Amino acid sequence: MNEAISMSAFDLGLAAALVMLLALLTQGLGLGIGKSMVIAALRALIQLSLVGLALKFVFTRSDPLWVAAIALVMVLIAGREVIARQERRFAGPWGYGLGTLSLFASSFVVTLVTLLVIIDAKPWYEPRYAIPLLGMILGNTMTGIALALDNLTQLACQQRGVIEARLMLGQDGRTALSQLRRQSLHSAMIPIINAMAAAGVVSLPGMMTGQILAGQAPLEAVKYQILVLFLITLATGCGTLIAIWLGEKRLFDERQRLRLDHLASSPSD
Amino acid sequence: MLLYVEQLRTRHLGPLSLRLNAAEIVILQGPSGAGKTLLLRALADLAPNTGQVRLNGETRHEVPPVQWRQSVALLPSESHWWFGSVGEHFSSAKTTYLAALGFEDAALTWPITRLSSGERQRLALLRLLVNRPRVLLLDEPTANLDTDNTLKVESLIKRYLAEEHAAALWVSHDDTQIQRVASRIIRLENGSLR
Repeated sequence: MNEAISMSAFDLGLAAALVMLLALLTQGLGLGIGKSMVIAALRALIQLSLVGLALKFVFTRSDPLWVAAIALVMVLIAGREVIARQERRFAGPWGYGLGTLSLFASSFVVTLVTLLVIIDAKPWYEPRYAIPLLGMILGNTMTGIALALDNLTQLACQQRGVIEARLMLGQDGRTALSQLRRQSLHSAMIPIINAMAAAGVVSLPGMMTGQILAGQAPLEAVKYQILVLFLITLATGCGTLIAIWLGEKRLFDERQRLRLDHLASSPSD
Repeated sequence: MLLYVEQLRTRHLGPLSLRLNAAEIVILQGPSGAGKTLLLRALADLAPNTGQVRLNGETRHEVPPVQWRQSVALLPSESHWWFGSVGEHFSSAKTTYLAALGFEDAALTWPITRLSSGERQRLALLRLLVNRPRVLLLDEPTANLDTDNTLKVESLIKRYLAEEHAAALWVSHDDTQIQRVASRIIRLENGSLR
């Protein structure tokens, strides 16, 4: 492996200065996005530095308990993010529980299978594989589940008349939701399907780019990138299916009535 | 007795009790906002409710909801359509009553987008009758219709109730219509019936 060119604080500072300049420019033009740009840049700086320190700590110990603890924190934060991105979330513990459970079930299973069977790391919980893999899978699955649930609940509110008309003709809840289910699944899967279709042609995926910049041979980087794309697709698909399945159950009660009162009231109400 | 309702309560209604006999048309009246639609929704088991409801002696909670709504069928005041063509919304192609409402058989192939509001309303009734319901819950079923079509719908409903020994609970504000179809009239006011 070629040794990567190490980056100095000055190199990063130069990039940061350019971002600051852009922020000042947009502010000067009255475009009003400079402030959020600076705040986001600072967040990225602080969050990533902390993560770097945390990863260094965990990598040197290689203790399964530490890996499990970090994984748990990651999934809990991702669950929080799923609920924050929803206009009409489920009320009460279902709101957080449903997204987090679907995230947990799909991401953890896919990551575990990858570590145990595909990568066959020794030991299987080797943090330099386990944590980045879980992170990438979680991040994408989180987006998929958030999109699916957001679509499902918003469409259920908008199309209440259609859903109830179908119930009134003697359809059960599952059948009455068939079109919504398809739309929700599509909205969740389209980003990753596009990413796969465009990979290497339109864009060089970030992970692969990072590996190549860090000195990895291109073909090795490509193999990992393909693996990661497939894993993300798998986890996003499974997580979304679980979330839609649970969401559908919660949208109806035992008498197959559409229960929009199981959703929290919308923020604009 | 066909439909027996005792101590029915929803979040805003009741307790109320009512009976429907076979071949009977009971007109449901009441000021706007009195909960007429809510009562129909509760009887169709679309809105959460408690109380005793029996159809032909069979208790509602012993009947699966899918079957219940086929037997105690609600026709809302506004119809909804979700497929491209009319026929896709019919659970069976055996729609005996198309001609009775002035439609030719080809109406089933029509795209939904070309339907007028009156056609939608009449076809929504026909769509419901395919399931052979025993109780019709009708929420202003002739609101968008001209006189000619209103009379056609009235006579079809009367014919259907007689042929199937079914009953209807019918929300109407039209006094002449009420005179033409009503077996009796009940009023919903302040959450209770009289």
